[in-house]
Amino acid sequence: MRLRAICLALLVSLSAAAPAFAVRPGEQLPDATQEARARRISAELRCLVCQNQSIDDSDASLATDLRRLVRERIAAGDSDQSVLDFIVARYGEFVLLKPSFSTQTLILWGLPVVALLLGGMAAFRLFRRVRAGEEPSGDEAGKSVAGLSETEQQELAKLIAQKSLR
Amino acid sequence: MIVELGHFALVMALVVALFQASVPLWGALRQDDVLLRLAPRAAILQFILVAMAFSALTWAFLTSDFSVANVFQNSHSLKPLIYKWSGVWGNHEGSMLLWVLILALFGAAVAVSSGHLPEDMLGVTLAVQAMVAAAFIAFLVFASNPFLRILAAPFEGQGLNPVLQDPGLAIHPPLLYLGYVGFSIVFSFAAAALILGRVDAAFARMVRPWTLAAWIVLTLGIAMGSYWAYYELGWGGYWFWDPVENASLMPWLTGTALLHSAIVMEKREALKTWTILLAIVTFSLSLLGTFLVRSGVLTSVHAFAVDPERGLFILAILIAFIGGSLFLFAMRASAMDGGGLFAPISREGALVFNNLFLSVAALAVFIGTLYPLLLEALTGAKISVGAPFFNLTAVPLMIPLFIAIPIGQKLAWKRGNLAGAVQRIWWALALALTLTAGVNFMIGGGPVLALAAIALGLYLVFGALDELVDRASRGGASMVSARLRAIPRSVYAMVIAHAGAGIMVLGLAGTAFEQERIVAVKPGQTITLGGYLLTFKGISNQPGPNYLATAARFELRDGATLVAELVPAKRVYIGRQMPTSETARYRHGFSEVYLAIGEVQDDTSVDLRAYNKPFVLFIWLGPLIMGIGGMLSLSDRRLRVGAPRQAQRAKPQGAAA
Repeated sequence: MRLRAICLALLVSLSAAAPAFAVRPGEQLPDATQEARARRISAELRCLVCQNQSIDDSDASLATDLRRLVRERIAAGDSDQSVLDFIVARYGEFVLLKPSFSTQTLILWGLPVVALLLGGMAAFRLFRRVRAGEEPSGDEAGKSVAGLSETEQQELAKLIAQKSLR
Repeated sequence: MIVELGHFALVMALVVALFQASVPLWGALRQDDVLLRLAPRAAILQFILVAMAFSALTWAFLTSDFSVANVFQNSHSLKPLIYKWSGVWGNHEGSMLLWVLILALFGAAVAVSSGHLPEDMLGVTLAVQAMVAAAFIAFLVFASNPFLRILAAPFEGQGLNPVLQDPGLAIHPPLLYLGYVGFSIVFSFAAAALILGRVDAAFARMVRPWTLAAWIVLTLGIAMGSYWAYYELGWGGYWFWDPVENASLMPWLTGTALLHSAIVMEKREALKTWTILLAIVTFSLSLLGTFLVRSGVLTSVHAFAVDPERGLFILAILIAFIGGSLFLFAMRASAMDGGGLFAPISREGALVFNNLFLSVAALAVFIGTLYPLLLEALTGAKISVGAPFFNLTAVPLMIPLFIAIPIGQKLAWKRGNLAGAVQRIWWALALALTLTAGVNFMIGGGPVLALAAIALGLYLVFGALDELVDRASRGGASMVSARLRAIPRSVYAMVIAHAGAGIMVLGLAGTAFEQERIVAVKPGQTITLGGYLLTFKGISNQPGPNYLATAARFELRDGATLVAELVPAKRVYIGRQMPTSETARYRHGFSEVYLAIGEVQDDTSVDLRAYNKPFVLFIWLGPLIMGIGGMLSLSDRRLRVGAPRQAQRAKPQGAAA
């Protein structure tokens, strides 16, 4: 029932069912640059028990633990990447909100790029056709819009007849 | 009794929808006008019946009739009246009923307002619309009945989810639904045009007002939801790339592309195949969104498996309509010829560019939203795709698009002059860069990307306004007001909508400059926040109608002068032990000071999140302005259905919006 309630909140409107306070005052690192790094890294890590929330946005106790862990590693002198690696080694690929590039995510990362290329090529072919055909000129515009084919003329006559009959 | 009447009306609506879905098609096949003429009447009747069903459910909620299972699960007698009312669509069954109501509304609106359309076109369009309606009414009746009774009626309901008890909820979902269900009628028009083999400029003129109307409400609905999240969820975020948000963003992106490609189709008879495909895809994405949101598949693939009936039902509807329409499209696509020719550098070329980037962005959102689900279903591997992915894919795609907008506006139809267009808007770019440099100097340096975003936003606004400046300054100073009056409304619409996009970009750029303080404050303590002084005065408990609130009082000072007293609070709702956060905000200009509180410690000190967010309101003002541009375009007589002569005489410049 509770799960259902959370779903409903989610379904009906926007994300995040419960309002979150996330980072609490006591958790922060004293060093401002280190804290900023921790925030940046936290935004890339998923709160595993939440719906699509980063640990930086989540109130869940697991998120709190992960935030602490991130800050511990940073305080211990780890680089951003090694902090991420450390977390992934413990919690798996699932914890990354931006999946790493692998055979598993090939389509995910590749599709937008391929689509842009293919779409660009399709548009290019559209223009090639233009160049091969006649040069677009002023007269040609009027032709396609104003000029009616024979069948269209008949159609028009039929429509007018219909209207006047009513 | 009223509840049973509602149930009965819903079943009758299903019967009418089935009739409306079949008989006019038969009529079109036999060219029988009598049968075709039944379609508009059926559409109106269907709407009346669904409206009766919806009113009956509303009545059950307003009178707190807990013998209805749906009311028991989602309402509470202590709830303020507005939330009893908005609770009607604050749950699965009720929101599906609203969905169907809006579907029927659009069918009826077309039936009433499109008497001048050819009878077979109108009839078939309404038949397709009724097929969608019949499918979803059947879903309600057989799998999600909102009118089920409980045998022994409980005395009290379980209450509406506290997060949803907000005025924002009263308007956000209906607005969103009006938008994305509104695209259903565009889909129906497209299917009818394909069935009847009449894909031409007249089709583009026919669907344009409906596309515009749906686009306007969807734009406003998304912005409204984003604003609601901003003030309700308590940490000032406004967009989370959540699957539910993405579900509404995808049709918005393709709908925006459709709006632009329909202009090319109307003016030049080009891009016909593509425009029809966009019309189909846009509503398909709305259906997909409904599936994602309603089947429970988002919570996890397993939740879907536990209660598969609903999910499978919607999945079947989804496959039938998307598959069916794409099949129809594939059958007819080759029959549609190319239409007007144009050079790559032309107004049409610019609109193709627009369509390319909007569609790829929609695809990026699509793959990012569905990939984790598909991967888990196929291989069992679990991955997450969240904000960082979309910020790297969909967002960068918007940049070339935004850069191209002011240039595209300047290009002539058929064959344009790129160098000339750039020359005409160079002042916009120069002014944007100068102002950005000024801003950078004033704030003493900022992140390069954020500054670039400011420059982009300003360039968009000035670039849009250039259209007016250019036209007004053509004939000497005395002519300015006369010339401004002579500019067609559709040009104003385009200028306003594009400037709105620029204003939104400025708002997004502003987030890079926000100041955040996360501190535990004690009574009497003062902290600084972006030039303001914030003093914590203390905590008090305040009972509400159906909740208990812990409120913290703050005084905000600018130097010595008190500018505002801010009272953020935490609420615990009776019935559901879920705390919610009430933020307190102080607006200065288009910026806001934003406070939210967390845990109270030792009964005195409180965890505080305080922000100063420069120009944050631009994020929602931009879409609002875009919506106003859309409304202006909708009100332009020239673009209304059935005015082909006037549309023909239009100057080529007076097109986009």
